[in-house]
Amino acid sequence: MRAILLRLVGAIPTLFGVVLVTFLLTRVLPGDTATYFAGPTASPESIAQIRTSLGLDRPLPEQFWRYLVDLGHGDLGMSLTTGQPVKTELVNRLPASAELTLCGLLLAIGIAVPLGVLAAVRQGSLIDHACRVVATAGVSLPVFFTGLLLVYVFYFLLGWSPAPLGRLDAFASAPKQHTGFYLVDTLWAGDFETFRAAAAQIILPAGTLALFALAPIARITRASMLAVLGSEFIRTARASGLSGPTVVLTYALRNALLPVVTVLGMVFSFLLGANVLVEKVFAWPGIGSYAIEALIASDYAPVQGFVLTMAVLYVLLNLAIDLVNRAIDPRARRGA
Amino acid sequence: MSAAQTSTFAHARYVLGENPVTLIAALLFAGYAAMAVLGPAIAPYDPLASDTMRALQAPTWAHVFGTDQLGRDILSRVIVAARVDLGIALASVVLVFAAGGLAGLAAGFFGGWVDAVVGRIADTIMAFPLFVLAMGIVAALGNTIPNIVLATAIINFPLYARVARAETMTRREAGFVDAARLSGHRDGALLVLQVLPNIMPIMVVQMSLTMGYAILNAAGLSFIGLGVRPPTAEWGIMVAEGAGFIVSGEWWIALFPGATLMLAVFCFNLLGDGLRDIADPRRRT
Repeated sequence: MRAILLRLVGAIPTLFGVVLVTFLLTRVLPGDTATYFAGPTASPESIAQIRTSLGLDRPLPEQFWRYLVDLGHGDLGMSLTTGQPVKTELVNRLPASAELTLCGLLLAIGIAVPLGVLAAVRQGSLIDHACRVVATAGVSLPVFFTGLLLVYVFYFLLGWSPAPLGRLDAFASAPKQHTGFYLVDTLWAGDFETFRAAAAQIILPAGTLALFALAPIARITRASMLAVLGSEFIRTARASGLSGPTVVLTYALRNALLPVVTVLGMVFSFLLGANVLVEKVFAWPGIGSYAIEALIASDYAPVQGFVLTMAVLYVLLNLAIDLVNRAIDPRARRGA
Repeated sequence: MSAAQTSTFAHARYVLGENPVTLIAALLFAGYAAMAVLGPAIAPYDPLASDTMRALQAPTWAHVFGTDQLGRDILSRVIVAARVDLGIALASVVLVFAAGGLAGLAAGFFGGWVDAVVGRIADTIMAFPLFVLAMGIVAALGNTIPNIVLATAIINFPLYARVARAETMTRREAGFVDAARLSGHRDGALLVLQVLPNIMPIMVVQMSLTMGYAILNAAGLSFIGLGVRPPTAEWGIMVAEGAGFIVSGEWWIALFPGATLMLAVFCFNLLGDGLRDIADPRRRT
C-alpha cells in the first residue's frame, strides 16, 4: 500500500514536467501570442488589451502560475473556430478516441499473444517465421497508408464494410449516452441493430491500429515465452508429467506475460500517436481529428489542449500499467 | 588491414551470406539513395507540371504509376519526393545522433548531476506519446521543414541518450580507459579518444534503426498537414491527396507513394537489424 502511494506521488514530477513543456510550447508561438490571438485585422490598442487580459505582460513564472490555476479549474481556453471551450469539445470527443484505441489494443493483444506463444512453442516452424515477418513488417507500416488500403479492399472492392465516415452511418442514430462507447451503450440499450452498425464502422479503423500494435506485442511475447520455456521450473513441470497445454498455458504463459504488460506502455505511446492518423483517414470524430482540424485552421488552444490531454492520459496509463505489474509480479513490489 | 578489420569484414560477409534479407535491404537502400541523389535527373516528367487533360489516369506505359487529380506524373513525384523524405529523416537523425549521443556520453561518464539532468529531460520527453509531442512542437514552432527535423530529433532524443549512456557506463571503468587515465589523459580526452570510438558501432546501428521511424514520423506529420506543403512532392502529402480518391476507386494515387514509403521504412529496419548483427553479435535473434 505504501509502495503504491509512493508510486502515485512519483508520478507528480512527471505530470509537472508535462504541464511545463505544454506551457512552454504555448509561449514559443511564432510571432507574438497576443497579435496571434487578436487576429489579422486587430489594431495595436486591441492587441495591447489582449496582451493584458491574457496576462502576457507579466513575468513568465507568474504566467505559468496562472496557467496552472486555469488548468486547476479545467480551463483549457476557447477554440477560435468553433467558439466552444476546448474542454467541452475534448470531453465530448474523448469517448470516440478511447473506444477506438481500446478496440485496436484488444484486437492486437487477441492476435499477437497467441501468435507469439505459438511461435515460441513451435520455434523454427512456419508460424514462427510468420511471427518474425509480422514483427518486422508491422513496425514499418505507415498507419495512414494501411488504413487507406483496408478501405480500398473492404469498402470499394469487396463492399463488405460501410463508408469510412465516422462512428455510425447516416441512417443510424447515436445511442443514449452512458459510457460514450457506442459498442457498450447500444448493448446497454438492447439495440442490436445499432450495435451492428457501430461495430461495422469501428472494425476497419480498429483493425488498422491493431496491425500496427501487433508487432511489438508479438515480438515480446515470443521472446519472453522462449525465455520462460527454457527455464528449470518448466522442465520440472514437464518431468512431473503435466500435459503440454497445462505447462504452456498455466505455467509458462502467466510468467511470460509480465514483460508483455511492461511493453504495453510503449505500445500505448505508438497507439495514441497512430490514433490521430487513423482518425483522419476514417473521419473518426475523436480528439485527434479535432486537433487536426484546429491545426489546419491555425487555431491554437485546441492543439494545446489535445497535446496536454494525450500526455496526461499517457502518464496515467503508464501509472496504471505499473500498478498492474506490481499486482501480478511480487518481484516488482520488492524492487521498490 | 589489421587482423581485427579482416575479421570484421569476414564476419560481415558471413552475416550477409547467412542472412540474404540484409543483402536485399542493402540493395534497396542503394536504390533509395540513388533516387534521393539523382532525383529530378531520373524522373521521366516534371513532377510539378500539371495537365488537366491527363488527370486521374490509371497506370499506363507512358505513366507507369498513373497520374493524379492535376494530371501530374506520379512516378516522377515519387522519385523526386525521396530527396525530401530521406533528407528530413537523415537531418533529424544526424542532429539527434550528435545531441543525444553527446548528452548520453556525458551522463554515463560523469554521472551525478549531469546524469540527473539528462535523465530528467529524457523522462519528460518520454512522458508524451511521441507523435503527439511532435505535432505539438511543430504546431508551436511553426509549420516548416526545419521544425519537422527538430521535432523528429527531439522525440528520438531519449533513445539515443539512453543507449549512449548505457554503453558508456559499461566502458567507464574498463581497463583501457583506466590505462589512458593513468597515462595522463584528462576526462575530455578520455571521452573523445577512448569511449566514443567504442560506442560508435552501437550508435550507428541506432541511427539506421531510427531512420525508418524518422521517415514514418515526417510522412505522418505531412499527412495531417504539418511540415511540407503542397505542391511539393512528398510521400505523406501524396498519400493524403490520394486518400480522397480511394473511396471512388482511384487507388494508384495513394498506393504508389504509400508503398514506396512503406518499403523505405522496411528497408531501414531490416538494414538496422542486419547492422546490429554485424556490430553486436551477442544480440542476434
